[in-house]
Amino acid sequence: MVARVDAREKVTGEAKYADDLHFDRMIYAAPLHAAYPSALILSIDTKPAKEMTGVIDVITADDIPGSKQVGTVIRDHYVMATDRVRYSGDVVAMVAAETASSARAAAKRILVEYKPLKPVLSPEDALAENAPNIHYNCKNNIPSHYKVRHGDIKKGFAKSAHVIAREFKTTFVEHAYMEPESCIAIKNPDGSVTVHGGMQHPFTTRKFVSWACGLPLNRVQIIQTTLGGGFGGKDDTISVICARAAILALRTGRPVKITYTREESIRESYKRHPFYFKYKVGVGKNGKLQAMEIDMTADSGAYCATSPFVIWRPTVQCTGPYIVPNVKCDTRAVYTNNTFTGAMRGFGSPQVNFAIESMIDIVANEIGMDPVEFRKKNFFTQGCTTHTGQKLSQHKVSINEVVKKTFKAFDWKKKYEQCSRGSMDDEGTFYGVGMAASYRGVSLGAEGNDFCSAIVNIQPDGSIILEVGVAENGQGLKTAMVHILATEFSVDHSRIRFLDTDTSSITDSCPTVASRGTLVGGNAVLDAVKKIKDQMRPVLKELIGVSKKGYQFSDGYIVNRSQPRKKIKFEDAVAACHNKKMYLYALGVFAGPPVHWIEETGQGNAYFTYVYGCQAVELVVDARTGKVSVKKVVAAHEVGKAINPQMAKGQIIGGVAMGLGFALKERIVHNEGVIQNLNFDKYKIPTAPEMPEVEAILVENPDPAGPWGAKALGEPVGELMGAAVANAIFNATGIRFTEVPITAEKIRLSISPPL
Amino acid sequence: MKQLFQINVNGKSYEVNADPERTLLDVLREDLRLTGTKRGCDIGLCGTCTVLIDGKPKRACIAKISSVGIPLLCKEGLGEVDLPHLTSPYKGEAPDIITIEGLSKDGMLHPIQQAFINCGAIQCGFCTPGMVLTAKALLDKNPNPTREEIRKAMAANLCRCTGYQQIVDAIEEAAKKINQR
Repeated sequence: MVARVDAREKVTGEAKYADDLHFDRMIYAAPLHAAYPSALILSIDTKPAKEMTGVIDVITADDIPGSKQVGTVIRDHYVMATDRVRYSGDVVAMVAAETASSARAAAKRILVEYKPLKPVLSPEDALAENAPNIHYNCKNNIPSHYKVRHGDIKKGFAKSAHVIAREFKTTFVEHAYMEPESCIAIKNPDGSVTVHGGMQHPFTTRKFVSWACGLPLNRVQIIQTTLGGGFGGKDDTISVICARAAILALRTGRPVKITYTREESIRESYKRHPFYFKYKVGVGKNGKLQAMEIDMTADSGAYCATSPFVIWRPTVQCTGPYIVPNVKCDTRAVYTNNTFTGAMRGFGSPQVNFAIESMIDIVANEIGMDPVEFRKKNFFTQGCTTHTGQKLSQHKVSINEVVKKTFKAFDWKKKYEQCSRGSMDDEGTFYGVGMAASYRGVSLGAEGNDFCSAIVNIQPDGSIILEVGVAENGQGLKTAMVHILATEFSVDHSRIRFLDTDTSSITDSCPTVASRGTLVGGNAVLDAVKKIKDQMRPVLKELIGVSKKGYQFSDGYIVNRSQPRKKIKFEDAVAACHNKKMYLYALGVFAGPPVHWIEETGQGNAYFTYVYGCQAVELVVDARTGKVSVKKVVAAHEVGKAINPQMAKGQIIGGVAMGLGFALKERIVHNEGVIQNLNFDKYKIPTAPEMPEVEAILVENPDPAGPWGAKALGEPVGELMGAAVANAIFNATGIRFTEVPITAEKIRLSISPPL
Repeated sequence: MKQLFQINVNGKSYEVNADPERTLLDVLREDLRLTGTKRGCDIGLCGTCTVLIDGKPKRACIAKISSVGIPLLCKEGLGEVDLPHLTSPYKGEAPDIITIEGLSKDGMLHPIQQAFINCGAIQCGFCTPGMVLTAKALLDKNPNPTREEIRKAMAANLCRCTGYQQIVDAIEEAAKKINQR
């Protein structure tokens, strides 16, 4: 087993996260957040703060030298509020002081005069006639809308023997990375700015800082520090925080550190989108799906952020892994004055899979079919056509395989027969099992510009520097990239040094999101390797002779395949190239295979390949308390090829934990637009005793698009527990929950409603 | 008002000049620059700031320096000053504080640290120092814990990446290694 390359520094406490860095003459900055979720700002008086001991600078939106607005898709996100606040996490002013505590104390002294407005607290209110506009230039409060028109749903429903409709709902979820946002901005002597920080996508940060500071991209350098968790959450918010730090650093000439408290982090950072689903499903007499009509609304909160991506993916995946000839789907993101929402491990997929995989069980029950038999009758098959008109022929469609492997390990048949189905046992408990399955588009798909780079730089002594445009987020990307490179050159891992992402060195490779790191980064590394091997070939001819069969890199040597006795040590060959005035340096590039999407009809090859997964859960419900004890989870995921099986299994188990949190307990509570649970005393994530033992199964069907056949894993593992748990609770108690989280309180009240 | 305190960290004695209310976490991270102890919630819940105080896992973010250090008599010829408002439970000798930096000896990792690496128990690594120290306190007290006992002992250390299972594996493996010695 290959150990993580960054494991030692992390287990000894030597790894440097942003808040661990210290610079001479460093000062600290803290935010003043909005007092209302929606209000006009009439005036801001910063004088009382400026007068306090230790305060160096106080800034408001008026002090932004560049653009006041940033954004990934739409530039609607205010670096600091100008004339109006749109959610309770908006920042009105920043204070920089000699210590963090004096900065925070001074921020409280700033006097802001507001005219409170009635906040818009739900998409329903935002879509109502005469609803106020959250943004001046968006008249309907809908920043993004996608649709699919496939076949003819009228005909499809006419052909159906059963038509069943249900609604589903999910809520705001916090990423709860253990490391709160942190960064340090430094003004360089030439007037450029360097920001060290814990972000998932240093290139988004660079763009935001560049816009806000009014500097060209080459004068903004972002260096990623060790990241204490991201899960999609360390993109927009941390980038805006970095922009504020950079403005203060440029003004004061001193290094400026901003490290958020947990409360500030939860208050300001974006959440997972709550979704409201309406599903209408038509099934023929033979149990075949005929039609689906789907309407999805996602609460985007105050800003658009990555909403278009978060609603596009569930649009593409709205049918689940099933063949449905007639589909109509409409998906929209809606502005409100709630906390803004964005990427969170899945990009809308935990939400849509909760809905569709609950729906499939509901429909099967209604028409009197076994839910698994119903699924099998409708699963994607090799070469079938999806509801976006994409023919699944370029990769192995492995939905049946993942289900089969899950069930075998889980002992599904036996356990399914033992479910309580509403009859409590003598101890006052219900027993149930449930499952869910999914397919998932790999990488950005037609939603993004999918390319990535890697630099392989071999030094004269045979040691290697590696840089990749995608970032280490804790998932193990460094280790996977080092492993691929070491294996290709057949040298020891210790010979390779992976440099943390520095935007002034490596090229922009699009965000490290959508579980794309391994695939795009690995392919870029392979391209660089190929370029270097091509470069070395003429020298190898001279050194170890002409070889018709080429040269093999093996155990630290390069071997002539035609005459295997002729070989040379890797470092000797490198030295020889160097003596011939040759740089063994290559920029590897990966450009994703073509994908396309027609906006008007939602038809096209949305992603270049897909992965498949299945998860089953066994649980016991205590009728008296409503408490759910999860006993066992089996999760089988098709990954193409696992570069590091131990780390891949770690992704699965961690994803299941996050999925169980989503299913059973996690919920950010807004009261009149203000978050009530700002720390871990009130926002509870799964703990060690609550977690069951998880059996993680890796299914490998190497994909032509992936490095060594590898595809994706980080997100598919977290998108199935919502429905699997809801189905298990139904099989246990006979009660169907259509809204997550399914808390103990909800279950208790449903089992014995108050009189 | 700042006071001079003597604290013992990783076998070394330090004198720190701090407000008695200042937390041990601030002193470790900001005064001693021992940044392996992390700040995750600052209310004593997430466990990332766990240190060992006389072998017991404690939250550095809610431990006041006055509760873990011995107030020193004021120097510079002011004579002995009584400090009755300081309620250090440790009379005469400051307790031993162990942080993650103090766990490996002469570059050799502690068996728990090695097991965390071997078992894939580390992802982002932010919870790791606290996890390792909580595990050490557990194994010092109970050398052969069951998986259930391990999970229970780790209940107050949050991890968002791993789902805990490979951490439990690591502590099991470390227990075996330690018992073989």
